Amino acid sequence: MATGWEHFPHAADMGLRGRGATPAEAFEQAALALTALVADPASVQPRDSITIDCAAPDRELLFADWLNRLVYEMATRRMLFSRFAVRLDGARLHGRAWGEPLDPARHQPAVEVKGATYTALRVAPEAGGWIAQTVVDV
Amino acid sequence: MDPADFARRGECLWEIPAHGPMRVPALICASEALLRAMDGKVREQLVNVAQLPGIVTAAWAMPDAHWGYGFPIGGVAAFDPDAGGVVSAGGVGFDISCGVRCLHTGLARAEVVAVQQRLADALFARVPAGLGSTGQVHLGPEAMDAMLAGGARWAVAQGFGDAADLERIEERGRMADARPECVSTQARHRQRDEVGTLGSGNHYLEVQEVTMVGDERGARAFGLRAGEVVVTIHCGSRGLGHQIGTEYLKRMVLAAPQYAITLPDRELACAPVRSEVGADYLGAMRAAINCALANRQVITHLVREVFAEVLPHAKLPLLYDVSHNTCKVEPHRVAGVLRPLYVHRKGATRAFGPGHPDLPAAFADTGQPVLIGGSMGTASWILAGTRASAELAFSSACHGAGRAMSRHQALRRWRGRQVVDELAARGILIRSPSLRGIAEEAPGAYKDVTAVVDAAEAAGLAGKVARLAPLICIKG
Repeated sequence: MATGWEHFPHAADMGLRGRGATPAEAFEQAALALTALVADPASVQPRDSITIDCAAPDRELLFADWLNRLVYEMATRRMLFSRFAVRLDGARLHGRAWGEPLDPARHQPAVEVKGATYTALRVAPEAGGWIAQTVVDV
Repeated sequence: MDPADFARRGECLWEIPAHGPMRVPALICASEALLRAMDGKVREQLVNVAQLPGIVTAAWAMPDAHWGYGFPIGGVAAFDPDAGGVVSAGGVGFDISCGVRCLHTGLARAEVVAVQQRLADALFARVPAGLGSTGQVHLGPEAMDAMLAGGARWAVAQGFGDAADLERIEERGRMADARPECVSTQARHRQRDEVGTLGSGNHYLEVQEVTMVGDERGARAFGLRAGEVVVTIHCGSRGLGHQIGTEYLKRMVLAAPQYAITLPDRELACAPVRSEVGADYLGAMRAAINCALANRQVITHLVREVFAEVLPHAKLPLLYDVSHNTCKVEPHRVAGVLRPLYVHRKGATRAFGPGHPDLPAAFADTGQPVLIGGSMGTASWILAGTRASAELAFSSACHGAGRAMSRHQALRRWRGRQVVDELAARGILIRSPSLRGIAEEAPGAYKDVTAVVDAAEAAGLAGKVARLAPLICIKG
């Protein structure tokens, strides 16, 4: 399976999907899809990094937690992120995100992501790799 | 959706009779054309909502209903705590108390058009809009608690607006029984610098002209005259509400087995009204309602400051302020008996009819103003609540047009600059920090709001009073 990300349509909000050889890689790609809802990831310099740790009873809730932590960090640090590294350790996630402070003129941010929902939430093997997807409220 | 899949109960009323695990039927208020155009997911989600514990009468969808998460957007459902009724974070939505308020200006169109560029620039400079913007108000822990408990009343006490405004806000400007202690540190952090900010996405501030009055008596009571200008503000509880929604959605999912609630889908996460999780959510959600009311009150003050500079003779009293995403305790008649119900409105407006005791005296004969948002280039509407609405969807009506296409599709079809230029040619000035945001919010990406309003009126949910057309739009 090719590594990558995509958005899928939802009437009012937006679906995002990451694909990778492992669940962790799919989580990383989905995070790129999250950034791409707001701005072009290519316009975001991976200058500064933050760490994110979260835990949840299952992998799908852990995926929603990962996205929600990124939403929180984007909102409170006023940053955008364009590079991600995720390590999954059972029910725990250790992540790192690289990015830079939001520059409205350069990044032209379109929407503010409010949070990840559990609609179409799925982390599952597919086509020899993994997908991680959900709908986010924008 | 195919009308043949429904039992038609009226010109604009369609029923899915209760079957299988549904406790009550589902009812959709829509014209046949709107029903045909409606996403099939609305039916699926309404059927799911109709299965939740303690739901009474029916699971309702408004004419602008579309696929949401858990509940459809444009969904209304009421739960009886005496029958094991629940409260659902997904039934309220992440943008808690997102809503609309409308201010009179008393100005004629020509007076505003004469200074249109200057007014647009001044509003854009004064009202923080767009991702990452911060307000003038920065809240420490104690002030945050006071804001979460006090809502617009807190804002007025801080010097934002007038005491007279409070009468024209649902709950008289302050949602009772808010519990700031149920709002997490993270939610507070997200809000610290965001009081008095518009946000982004579909939030906006518009200067609009009243272009048509449909009901002279209602318009008089609302103080609306054709050719006059109003200001409409659409925004919600900002990051605080989003964080509360996120946190309680998870908490409710995890707690559901403990309360023996079987969820048809995780996104329907809920907890009994009479449970620790349910009570905590209600306390936090009410604090978020206050946050939204305070936010719109501070923005109102900023708008008045701008008008005082640009058009100093204008006075901007508040017509009304309504919230779209809430759960409120209201008495409603069920099988002839008044019962306190937990009414969820997600993307739906409360629409109390004439004589309702919660309305200010000015609206006693007309019902409450129901403010329906449009998009940058299309009309908005002001409707009035009806008596009949109490017997329909717990006195509720639609809230807007709803999207006709995804943001992705809109982005492929339009360029932001092109949208700005086309609207300018029609006399509508757009100001926004993001051209991409404008493309995603292009008027053509939304459904025809007039069809939605017509269906709401035909269904008896609310009656048309006036139509508004934009002159200036500040887009987040």
